[in-house]
Amino acid sequence: MKTDTVSLLDIQRLNKSFGDKPVLKNVDVNVEQGKTLVIVGPSGSGKSTLLRCMNLLEPIESGVITFEGRDIATPEARREAWRFRQEMAMVFQHFELFPHLSVIDNIMLAPVKIKGVPKAQARQKALELLERVRIPDKANAWPEELSGGQQQRVAIARALAMEPRVMLFDEPTSALDPEMIKEVLDVMTELSDQGMTSVVVTHEMSFARRAAHRVVFMADGEVVENLPTDQFFGGEVKPRTRQFLDQILH
Amino acid sequence: MNDSVTLILSYLSSANFLRAAGMTLALTVCSMLLGMLIGLIVALLQERRNRLVRALVMLYLWLFRGTPVLLQIIFIFNVLPNFGILLSGFTSGVIALALNEGAYMAEIYRSGLQSVGARQRTAGYALGMRGWQVMRYVVLPQAMKVVIPPTGNQFMGMLKNSALVSVIAVEELLLVADQTASANFRYLESLTAAAVYYLIMTTLFMLIQQLIEQRFKTQRSQEAPRSWSQRFLRMTRA
Repeated sequence: MKTDTVSLLDIQRLNKSFGDKPVLKNVDVNVEQGKTLVIVGPSGSGKSTLLRCMNLLEPIESGVITFEGRDIATPEARREAWRFRQEMAMVFQHFELFPHLSVIDNIMLAPVKIKGVPKAQARQKALELLERVRIPDKANAWPEELSGGQQQRVAIARALAMEPRVMLFDEPTSALDPEMIKEVLDVMTELSDQGMTSVVVTHEMSFARRAAHRVVFMADGEVVENLPTDQFFGGEVKPRTRQFLDQILH
Repeated sequence: MNDSVTLILSYLSSANFLRAAGMTLALTVCSMLLGMLIGLIVALLQERRNRLVRALVMLYLWLFRGTPVLLQIIFIFNVLPNFGILLSGFTSGVIALALNEGAYMAEIYRSGLQSVGARQRTAGYALGMRGWQVMRYVVLPQAMKVVIPPTGNQFMGMLKNSALVSVIAVEELLLVADQTASANFRYLESLTAAAVYYLIMTTLFMLIQQLIEQRFKTQRSQEAPRSWSQRFLRMTRA
Protein backbone atom coordinates (compact mmCIF):
# COMPACT_ATOMS: atom_id res chain seq x y z
CA MET A 1 0.00 0.00 0.00
CA LYS A 2 1.45 3.33 -1.08
CA THR A 3 1.24 6.07 1.46
CA ASP A 4 2.35 9.09 -0.55
CA THR A 5 -0.92 9.39 -2.46
CA VAL A 6 -4.24 10.59 -1.12
CA SER A 7 -7.48 9.75 -2.83
CA LEU A 8 -9.54 12.87 -3.49
CA LEU A 9 -12.32 11.48 -5.63
CA ASP A 10 -13.14 7.80 -5.71
CA ILE A 11 -15.76 6.13 -7.87
CA GLN A 12 -16.81 2.59 -7.06
CA ARG A 13 -19.13 0.22 -8.92
CA LEU A 14 -20.91 3.06 -10.68
CA ASN A 15 -23.88 2.06 -12.83
CA LYS A 16 -25.97 4.32 -14.96
CA SER A 17 -28.42 3.93 -17.84
CA PHE A 18 -30.20 6.20 -20.22
CA GLY A 19 -33.62 4.58 -20.37
CA ASP A 20 -32.90 0.85 -20.61
CA LYS A 21 -29.54 1.39 -22.29
CA PRO A 22 -26.68 1.01 -19.79
CA VAL A 23 -24.01 3.69 -20.33
CA LEU A 24 -21.78 3.02 -17.32
CA LYS A 25 -21.21 -0.52 -16.08
CA ASN A 26 -19.57 -1.11 -12.71
CA VAL A 27 -17.09 1.69 -13.22
CA ASP A 28 -14.24 2.06 -10.72
CA VAL A 29 -12.00 5.12 -10.99
CA ASN A 30 -9.82 6.77 -8.42
CA VAL A 31 -8.51 10.33 -8.63
CA GLU A 32 -5.49 11.08 -6.47
CA GLN A 33 -4.77 14.41 -4.90
CA GLY A 34 -2.50 16.54 -7.12
CA LYS A 35 -2.56 14.10 -10.01
CA THR A 36 -3.94 14.29 -13.51
CA LEU A 37 -6.17 11.49 -14.75
CA VAL A 38 -6.89 11.34 -18.46
CA ILE A 39 -9.89 9.37 -19.72
CA VAL A 40 -9.85 8.29 -23.36
CA GLY A 41 -12.07 6.11 -25.46
CA PRO A 42 -14.26 6.05 -28.55
CA SER A 43 -17.26 8.36 -28.62
CA GLY A 44 -20.25 6.85 -26.87
CA SER A 45 -18.04 4.97 -24.43
CA GLY A 46 -19.44 6.88 -21.46
CA LYS A 47 -16.45 9.14 -20.68
CA SER A 48 -18.37 12.41 -20.58
CA THR A 49 -21.25 10.82 -18.70
CA LEU A 50 -18.79 9.57 -16.09
CA LEU A 51 -17.40 13.09 -15.72
CA ARG A 52 -20.90 14.52 -15.28
CA CYS A 53 -21.67 11.87 -12.69
CA MET A 54 -18.60 12.90 -10.68
CA ASN A 55 -20.05 16.41 -10.53
CA LEU A 56 -23.53 15.09 -9.62
CA LEU A 57 -24.92 16.59 -12.81
CA GLU A 58 -26.33 13.16 -13.68
CA PRO A 59 -28.38 10.82 -11.52
CA ILE A 60 -26.91 7.33 -11.12
CA GLU A 61 -28.48 3.92 -10.59
CA SER A 62 -25.99 2.58 -8.09
CA GLY A 63 -22.47 3.08 -6.87
CA VAL A 64 -20.43 5.15 -4.48
CA ILE A 65 -18.83 8.51 -5.24
CA THR A 66 -16.46 9.44 -2.45
CA PHE A 67 -15.23 13.02 -2.48
CA GLU A 68 -12.86 14.11 0.27
CA GLY A 69 -13.82 11.02 2.24
CA ARG A 70 -17.58 11.50 2.02
CA ASP A 71 -20.11 9.61 -0.12
CA ILE A 72 -21.73 12.37 -2.15
CA ALA A 73 -24.04 10.13 -4.20
CA THR A 74 -26.51 9.47 -1.40
CA PRO A 75 -29.89 11.17 -1.70
CA GLU A 76 -29.15 13.33 1.36
CA ALA A 77 -25.80 14.49 -0.02
CA ARG A 78 -27.32 15.12 -3.44
CA ARG A 79 -29.62 17.70 -1.95
CA GLU A 80 -26.48 19.67 -1.24
CA ALA A 81 -24.89 18.97 -4.60
CA TRP A 82 -24.19 22.69 -5.05
CA ARG A 83 -21.83 22.56 -2.06
CA PHE A 84 -19.65 19.86 -3.62
CA ARG A 85 -19.78 21.44 -7.06
CA GLN A 86 -18.18 24.58 -5.63
CA GLU A 87 -15.11 22.44 -5.04
CA MET A 88 -15.28 20.57 -8.35
CA ALA A 89 -14.99 23.00 -11.21
CA MET A 90 -15.91 21.96 -14.72
CA VAL A 91 -14.78 23.05 -18.16
CA PHE A 92 -17.04 22.23 -21.11
CA GLN A 93 -16.56 21.36 -24.74
CA HIS A 94 -18.48 24.47 -25.83
CA PHE A 95 -17.01 26.82 -23.18
CA GLU A 96 -20.41 28.03 -21.95
CA LEU A 97 -19.26 31.49 -21.00
CA PHE A 98 -22.19 33.69 -20.01
CA PRO A 99 -22.81 35.90 -23.06
CA HIS A 100 -24.45 38.68 -21.03
CA LEU A 101 -21.32 39.26 -18.95
CA SER A 102 -17.89 40.61 -19.87
CA VAL A 103 -14.87 38.36 -19.47
CA ILE A 104 -13.98 39.66 -16.02
CA ASP A 105 -17.60 39.49 -14.84
CA ASN A 106 -17.81 35.90 -16.06
CA ILE A 107 -14.88 35.07 -13.81
CA MET A 108 -16.09 37.14 -10.84
CA LEU A 109 -19.75 36.05 -10.88
CA ALA A 110 -19.53 32.86 -8.86
CA PRO A 111 -16.94 34.01 -6.29
CA VAL A 112 -18.88 37.23 -5.60
CA LYS A 113 -22.48 36.02 -5.77
CA ILE A 114 -22.11 32.45 -4.58
CA LYS A 115 -19.15 32.54 -2.21
CA GLY A 116 -19.53 36.13 -1.05
CA VAL A 117 -15.95 37.16 -1.84
CA PRO A 118 -15.58 40.98 -1.72
CA LYS A 119 -15.67 42.49 -5.19
CA ALA A 120 -12.25 44.15 -5.11
CA GLN A 121 -10.63 40.92 -3.99
CA ALA A 122 -12.46 38.88 -6.62
CA ARG A 123 -11.42 41.35 -9.31
CA GLN A 124 -7.79 41.15 -8.25
CA LYS A 125 -7.96 37.37 -8.35
CA ALA A 126 -9.70 37.39 -11.74
CA LEU A 127 -6.97 39.57 -13.22
CA GLU A 128 -4.31 37.21 -11.85
CA LEU A 129 -6.14 34.26 -13.39
CA LEU A 130 -6.35 35.99 -16.76
CA GLU A 131 -2.61 36.49 -16.50
CA ARG A 132 -2.25 32.79 -15.74
CA VAL A 133 -4.26 31.74 -18.81
CA ARG A 134 -2.27 34.30 -20.83
CA ILE A 135 -4.96 36.76 -21.89
CA PRO A 136 -4.54 39.63 -19.41
CA ASP A 137 -5.66 42.20 -21.99
CA LYS A 138 -9.13 40.71 -22.52
CA ALA A 139 -10.65 41.50 -19.12
CA ASN A 140 -13.23 43.92 -20.49
CA ALA A 141 -13.98 42.12 -23.75
CA TRP A 142 -17.24 40.30 -24.41
CA PRO A 143 -17.13 36.51 -24.87
CA GLU A 144 -18.39 36.78 -28.46
CA GLU A 145 -15.40 38.93 -29.35
CA LEU A 146 -12.93 36.19 -28.44
CA SER A 147 -11.64 33.25 -30.46
CA GLY A 148 -12.61 29.76 -29.36
CA GLY A 149 -9.23 29.20 -27.76
CA GLN A 150 -9.48 32.44 -25.82
CA GLN A 151 -13.02 31.65 -24.69
CA GLN A 152 -11.93 28.26 -23.41
CA ARG A 153 -9.07 29.83 -21.49
CA VAL A 154 -11.51 32.30 -19.92
CA ALA A 155 -13.70 29.31 -19.01
CA ILE A 156 -10.68 27.73 -17.29
CA ALA A 157 -10.04 30.97 -15.40
CA ARG A 158 -13.73 31.10 -14.41
CA ALA A 159 -13.49 27.56 -13.06
CA LEU A 160 -10.25 28.29 -11.18
CA ALA A 161 -11.77 31.39 -9.58
CA MET A 162 -13.79 29.17 -7.25
CA GLU A 163 -10.50 27.66 -6.00
CA PRO A 164 -11.70 24.12 -6.64
CA ARG A 165 -10.05 21.00 -5.25
CA VAL A 166 -10.40 19.27 -8.60
CA MET A 167 -10.89 20.38 -12.21
CA LEU A 168 -13.06 18.32 -14.55
CA PHE A 169 -12.39 18.89 -18.25
CA ASP A 170 -15.00 17.56 -20.67
CA GLU A 171 -13.40 17.39 -24.12
CA PRO A 172 -12.08 20.93 -23.73
CA THR A 173 -10.46 21.10 -27.17
CA SER A 174 -12.96 19.15 -29.28
CA ALA A 175 -14.79 22.26 -30.48
CA LEU A 176 -11.64 24.21 -31.29
CA ASP A 177 -9.93 24.93 -34.57
CA PRO A 178 -6.63 23.01 -34.77
CA GLU A 179 -4.44 26.11 -34.39
CA MET A 180 -6.11 26.96 -31.08
CA ILE A 181 -5.82 23.58 -29.43
CA LYS A 182 -2.23 24.09 -28.31
CA GLU A 183 -2.85 27.31 -26.40
CA VAL A 184 -5.55 25.58 -24.32
CA LEU A 185 -3.53 22.40 -23.77
CA ASP A 186 -0.52 24.48 -22.71
CA VAL A 187 -2.58 26.11 -19.97
CA MET A 188 -3.92 22.73 -18.87
CA THR A 189 -0.45 21.18 -18.84
CA GLU A 190 0.82 24.03 -16.72
CA LEU A 191 -2.02 23.52 -14.21
CA SER A 192 -1.22 19.84 -14.08
CA ASP A 193 2.48 20.55 -13.51
CA GLN A 194 1.54 22.89 -10.68
CA GLY A 195 -0.26 20.05 -8.95
CA MET A 196 -3.86 20.87 -9.77
CA THR A 197 -5.91 17.67 -9.43
CA SER A 198 -7.52 17.17 -12.84
CA VAL A 199 -9.73 14.71 -14.65
CA VAL A 200 -9.56 15.21 -18.38
CA VAL A 201 -11.75 13.58 -21.01
CA THR A 202 -9.95 14.13 -24.29
CA HIS A 203 -8.79 12.71 -27.59
CA GLU A 204 -5.47 14.54 -27.37
CA MET A 205 -2.96 11.74 -26.86
CA SER A 206 -0.02 14.14 -26.82
CA PHE A 207 -1.56 15.85 -23.81
CA ALA A 208 -2.13 12.50 -22.11
CA ARG A 209 1.54 11.57 -22.62
CA ARG A 210 2.80 14.89 -21.34
CA ALA A 211 0.49 15.64 -18.44
CA ALA A 212 -1.31 12.51 -17.27
CA HIS A 213 -0.21 10.45 -14.29
CA ARG A 214 -2.69 7.74 -15.14
CA VAL A 215 -4.72 7.00 -18.24
CA VAL A 216 -8.07 5.26 -18.25
CA PHE A 217 -9.41 3.70 -21.42
CA MET A 218 -13.17 3.24 -21.59
CA ALA A 219 -15.27 1.36 -24.12
CA ASP A 220 -18.97 0.54 -24.08
CA GLY A 221 -19.43 1.98 -20.61
CA GLU A 222 -16.69 -0.08 -19.04
CA VAL A 223 -13.21 0.70 -17.81
CA VAL A 224 -11.02 -1.47 -20.01
CA GLU A 225 -7.63 -0.16 -18.93
CA ASN A 226 -6.40 1.91 -16.00
CA LEU A 227 -2.62 2.30 -15.99
CA PRO A 228 0.16 4.74 -15.18
CA THR A 229 0.88 6.82 -18.28
CA ASP A 230 4.18 5.23 -19.31
CA GLN A 231 2.75 1.73 -19.03
CA PHE A 232 -0.37 2.76 -20.95
CA PHE A 233 1.63 4.03 -23.88
CA GLY A 234 4.66 1.76 -23.64
CA GLY A 235 3.70 -1.46 -21.98
CA GLU A 236 1.45 -4.42 -22.37
CA VAL A 237 -2.17 -3.44 -22.91
CA LYS A 238 -5.30 -5.42 -23.62
CA PRO A 239 -6.10 -6.11 -27.31
CA ARG A 240 -9.07 -3.73 -27.22
CA THR A 241 -6.90 -0.91 -25.91
CA ARG A 242 -4.21 -1.69 -28.47
CA GLN A 243 -6.79 -1.52 -31.25
CA PHE A 244 -7.98 1.90 -30.07
CA LEU A 245 -4.44 3.24 -29.72
CA ASP A 246 -3.49 1.99 -33.18
CA GLN A 247 -6.50 3.74 -34.65
CA ILE A 248 -5.96 7.03 -32.92
CA LEU A 249 -2.15 7.14 -33.23
CA HIS A 250 -2.32 6.06 -36.91
CA MET B 1 -61.21 76.30 -37.13
CA ASN B 2 -59.65 78.72 -34.70
CA ASP B 3 -62.51 77.96 -32.40
CA SER B 4 -61.73 74.21 -32.58
CA VAL B 5 -58.08 74.72 -31.73
CA THR B 6 -59.00 76.87 -28.75
CA LEU B 7 -61.44 74.24 -27.52
CA ILE B 8 -58.91 71.43 -27.94
CA LEU B 9 -56.32 73.43 -26.02
CA SER B 10 -58.80 74.14 -23.28
CA TYR B 11 -59.64 70.42 -23.05
CA LEU B 12 -55.97 69.54 -22.93
CA SER B 13 -55.43 71.87 -20.00
CA SER B 14 -58.69 71.02 -18.23
CA ALA B 15 -58.57 69.26 -14.87
CA ASN B 16 -61.15 66.74 -16.15
CA PHE B 17 -59.01 65.50 -19.00
CA LEU B 18 -55.86 65.55 -16.95
CA ARG B 19 -57.51 63.49 -14.23
CA ALA B 20 -58.86 61.09 -16.86
CA ALA B 21 -55.41 60.72 -18.42
CA GLY B 22 -54.05 60.03 -14.95
CA MET B 23 -56.71 57.35 -14.51
CA THR B 24 -55.76 55.77 -17.85
CA LEU B 25 -52.10 55.79 -16.85
CA ALA B 26 -52.88 54.28 -13.44
CA LEU B 27 -55.03 51.57 -15.04
CA THR B 28 -52.28 50.76 -17.51
CA VAL B 29 -49.41 50.65 -15.05
CA CYS B 30 -51.31 48.69 -12.37
CA SER B 31 -52.73 46.17 -14.84
CA MET B 32 -49.43 45.75 -16.59
CA LEU B 33 -47.35 45.27 -13.44
CA LEU B 34 -49.86 42.79 -12.05
CA GLY B 35 -50.08 41.10 -15.46
CA MET B 36 -46.29 40.78 -15.65
CA LEU B 37 -46.23 39.21 -12.20
CA ILE B 38 -48.98 36.75 -13.13
CA GLY B 39 -47.22 35.98 -16.40
CA LEU B 40 -43.90 35.30 -14.65
CA ILE B 41 -45.52 33.00 -12.11
CA VAL B 42 -47.41 31.16 -14.84
CA ALA B 43 -44.26 30.82 -16.97
CA LEU B 44 -42.29 29.41 -14.03
CA LEU B 45 -45.18 27.06 -13.15
CA GLN B 46 -45.17 25.81 -16.72
CA GLU B 47 -41.61 24.59 -16.22
CA ARG B 48 -42.85 22.26 -13.48
CA ARG B 49 -43.46 18.63 -14.21
CA ASN B 50 -46.57 18.33 -12.03
CA ARG B 51 -49.50 17.33 -14.26
CA LEU B 52 -52.16 19.10 -12.19
CA VAL B 53 -50.22 22.38 -12.16
CA ARG B 54 -49.74 22.19 -15.91
CA ALA B 55 -53.41 21.40 -16.48
CA LEU B 56 -54.46 24.40 -14.40
CA VAL B 57 -52.08 26.64 -16.32
CA MET B 58 -53.45 25.37 -19.61
CA LEU B 59 -57.00 26.01 -18.45
CA TYR B 60 -56.11 29.57 -17.47
CA LEU B 61 -54.42 30.29 -20.78
CA TRP B 62 -57.28 28.72 -22.71
CA LEU B 63 -59.93 30.77 -20.90
CA PHE B 64 -58.24 34.14 -21.02
CA ARG B 65 -56.86 33.93 -24.51
CA GLY B 66 -60.02 32.43 -25.92
CA THR B 67 -62.52 35.08 -24.83
CA PRO B 68 -62.69 38.84 -25.51
CA VAL B 69 -61.10 41.12 -22.91
CA LEU B 70 -64.27 43.16 -22.97
CA LEU B 71 -66.23 40.10 -21.86
CA GLN B 72 -63.74 39.47 -19.07
CA ILE B 73 -64.04 43.05 -17.82
CA ILE B 74 -67.82 43.02 -17.77
CA PHE B 75 -67.84 39.53 -16.27
CA ILE B 76 -65.65 40.46 -13.32
CA PHE B 77 -67.56 43.68 -12.68
CA ASN B 78 -71.08 42.27 -13.02
CA VAL B 79 -70.88 38.56 -12.15
CA LEU B 80 -68.57 38.50 -9.16
CA PRO B 81 -71.01 40.53 -7.01
CA ASN B 82 -73.42 37.55 -7.31
CA PHE B 83 -70.88 35.61 -5.29
CA GLY B 84 -70.58 38.36 -2.73
CA ILE B 85 -67.41 39.85 -4.19
CA LEU B 86 -67.97 43.57 -4.61
CA LEU B 87 -65.22 45.44 -6.39
CA SER B 88 -64.91 49.00 -7.56
CA GLY B 89 -64.82 49.68 -11.29
CA PHE B 90 -61.13 50.46 -11.10
CA THR B 91 -60.27 47.27 -9.22
CA SER B 92 -62.43 45.13 -11.49
CA GLY B 93 -60.81 46.72 -14.51
CA VAL B 94 -57.28 46.16 -13.23
CA ILE B 95 -58.00 42.53 -12.30
CA ALA B 96 -59.59 41.74 -15.66
CA LEU B 97 -56.88 43.48 -17.69
CA ALA B 98 -54.11 41.91 -15.58
CA LEU B 99 -55.52 38.37 -15.82
CA ASN B 100 -55.82 38.80 -19.56
CA GLU B 101 -52.35 40.28 -19.84
CA GLY B 102 -50.83 37.53 -17.68
CA ALA B 103 -51.88 34.95 -20.25
CA TYR B 104 -49.93 36.77 -22.96
CA MET B 105 -46.96 37.71 -20.79
CA ALA B 106 -46.60 34.06 -19.75
CA GLU B 107 -45.98 33.19 -23.38
CA ILE B 108 -43.43 36.00 -23.73
CA TYR B 109 -41.56 34.90 -20.60
CA ARG B 110 -41.67 31.29 -21.75
CA SER B 111 -39.97 32.14 -25.01
CA GLY B 112 -37.40 34.15 -23.06
CA LEU B 113 -36.67 31.33 -20.63
CA GLN B 114 -36.43 28.84 -23.47
CA SER B 115 -33.95 31.05 -25.30
CA VAL B 116 -31.40 30.15 -22.61
CA GLY B 117 -30.17 26.64 -23.37
CA ALA B 118 -29.71 23.74 -20.99
CA ARG B 119 -25.93 23.94 -21.36
CA GLN B 120 -25.87 27.46 -19.95
CA ARG B 121 -27.86 26.29 -16.95
CA THR B 122 -25.49 23.36 -16.50
CA ALA B 123 -22.56 25.80 -16.51
CA GLY B 124 -24.26 27.67 -13.68
CA TYR B 125 -24.88 24.50 -11.67
CA ALA B 126 -21.29 23.38 -12.25
CA LEU B 127 -20.07 26.61 -10.63
CA GLY B 128 -21.93 25.60 -7.49
CA MET B 129 -25.08 27.65 -7.97
CA ARG B 130 -28.39 26.55 -6.51
CA GLY B 131 -31.51 26.43 -8.65
CA TRP B 132 -32.66 29.96 -7.88
CA GLN B 133 -29.16 31.34 -8.38
CA VAL B 134 -28.96 29.79 -11.84
CA MET B 135 -32.33 31.43 -12.57
CA ARG B 136 -31.28 34.78 -11.12
CA TYR B 137 -27.73 35.12 -12.48
CA VAL B 138 -27.68 33.01 -15.64
CA VAL B 139 -31.16 32.53 -17.10
CA LEU B 140 -33.14 35.68 -16.29
CA PRO B 141 -30.53 38.25 -17.41
CA GLN B 142 -30.29 36.49 -20.78
CA ALA B 143 -34.04 36.00 -21.03
CA MET B 144 -34.57 39.72 -20.34
CA LYS B 145 -33.05 40.67 -23.66
CA VAL B 146 -35.62 38.52 -25.41
CA VAL B 147 -38.48 39.61 -23.16
CA ILE B 148 -38.08 43.39 -23.08
CA PRO B 149 -39.06 44.38 -26.64
CA PRO B 150 -42.37 42.45 -26.69
CA THR B 151 -43.12 43.61 -23.14
CA GLY B 152 -42.81 47.20 -24.31
CA ASN B 153 -45.31 46.46 -27.05
CA GLN B 154 -47.66 44.91 -24.52
CA PHE B 155 -47.39 48.07 -22.39
CA MET B 156 -48.54 50.18 -25.29
CA GLY B 157 -51.26 47.70 -26.14
CA MET B 158 -52.43 47.91 -22.54
CA LEU B 159 -52.62 51.69 -22.66
CA LYS B 160 -55.04 51.40 -25.54
CA ASN B 161 -56.95 48.42 -24.12
CA SER B 162 -57.51 50.34 -20.90
CA ALA B 163 -60.14 52.34 -22.83
CA LEU B 164 -62.34 49.23 -22.72
CA VAL B 165 -62.80 49.81 -19.01
CA SER B 166 -65.02 52.75 -19.94
CA VAL B 167 -67.89 50.24 -20.25
CA ILE B 168 -67.88 49.73 -16.48
CA ALA B 169 -67.92 53.48 -15.88
CA VAL B 170 -64.31 54.01 -14.85
CA GLU B 171 -63.60 57.67 -15.55
CA GLU B 172 -60.70 57.14 -17.88
CA LEU B 173 -59.69 59.16 -20.89
CA LEU B 174 -62.05 57.79 -23.53
CA LEU B 175 -65.11 57.86 -21.27
CA VAL B 176 -64.44 61.45 -20.22
CA ALA B 177 -63.86 62.50 -23.83
CA ASP B 178 -67.07 60.80 -24.89
CA GLN B 179 -69.08 62.30 -22.05
CA THR B 180 -67.68 65.76 -22.76
CA ALA B 181 -68.65 65.49 -26.42
CA SER B 182 -72.11 64.16 -25.77
CA ALA B 183 -72.88 67.35 -23.87
CA ASN B 184 -72.03 69.71 -26.77
CA PHE B 185 -71.54 67.37 -29.76
CA ARG B 186 -67.99 68.65 -30.26
CA TYR B 187 -66.64 65.14 -30.94
CA LEU B 188 -63.77 66.32 -33.13
CA GLU B 189 -62.32 68.48 -30.37
CA SER B 190 -62.75 66.17 -27.39
CA LEU B 191 -61.61 63.04 -29.20
CA THR B 192 -58.60 64.92 -30.61
CA ALA B 193 -57.68 66.04 -27.11
CA ALA B 194 -57.94 62.44 -25.88
CA ALA B 195 -55.84 61.24 -28.84
CA VAL B 196 -53.15 63.81 -28.00
CA TYR B 197 -53.01 62.49 -24.44
CA TYR B 198 -52.78 58.89 -25.68
CA LEU B 199 -49.98 59.83 -28.06
CA ILE B 200 -48.05 61.65 -25.35
CA MET B 201 -48.25 58.56 -23.16
CA THR B 202 -47.35 56.03 -25.87
CA THR B 203 -44.38 58.18 -26.87
CA LEU B 204 -43.28 58.31 -23.26
CA PHE B 205 -43.49 54.52 -23.01
CA MET B 206 -41.44 54.17 -26.16
CA LEU B 207 -38.68 56.33 -24.76
CA ILE B 208 -38.62 54.37 -21.52
CA GLN B 209 -38.53 51.09 -23.44
CA GLN B 210 -35.64 52.41 -25.47
CA LEU B 211 -33.67 53.30 -22.35
CA ILE B 212 -34.27 49.89 -20.81
CA GLU B 213 -33.31 48.06 -23.99
CA GLN B 214 -30.12 50.08 -24.16
CA ARG B 215 -29.26 49.10 -20.61
CA PHE B 216 -29.69 45.41 -21.30
CA LYS B 217 -27.88 45.49 -24.58
CA THR B 218 -24.45 44.13 -23.76
CA GLN B 219 -22.95 43.56 -27.14
CA ARG B 220 -21.98 46.38 -29.37
CA SER B 221 -24.26 45.80 -32.31
CA GLN B 222 -23.87 47.40 -35.65
CA GLU B 223 -27.07 45.98 -37.04
CA ALA B 224 -29.77 48.36 -38.19
CA PRO B 225 -32.33 49.32 -35.55
CA ARG B 226 -35.38 47.17 -35.92
CA SER B 227 -38.31 48.23 -33.77
CA TRP B 228 -40.62 51.03 -34.78
CA SER B 229 -39.60 53.05 -31.74
CA GLN B 230 -35.92 52.68 -32.57
CA ARG B 231 -36.52 53.87 -36.11
CA PHE B 232 -38.67 56.71 -34.79
CA LEU B 233 -35.97 57.84 -32.38
CA ARG B 234 -33.29 57.56 -35.03
CA MET B 235 -35.45 59.76 -37.27
CA THR B 236 -36.03 62.42 -34.63
CA ARG B 237 -32.35 62.54 -33.75
CA ALA B 238 -31.22 63.14 -37.33
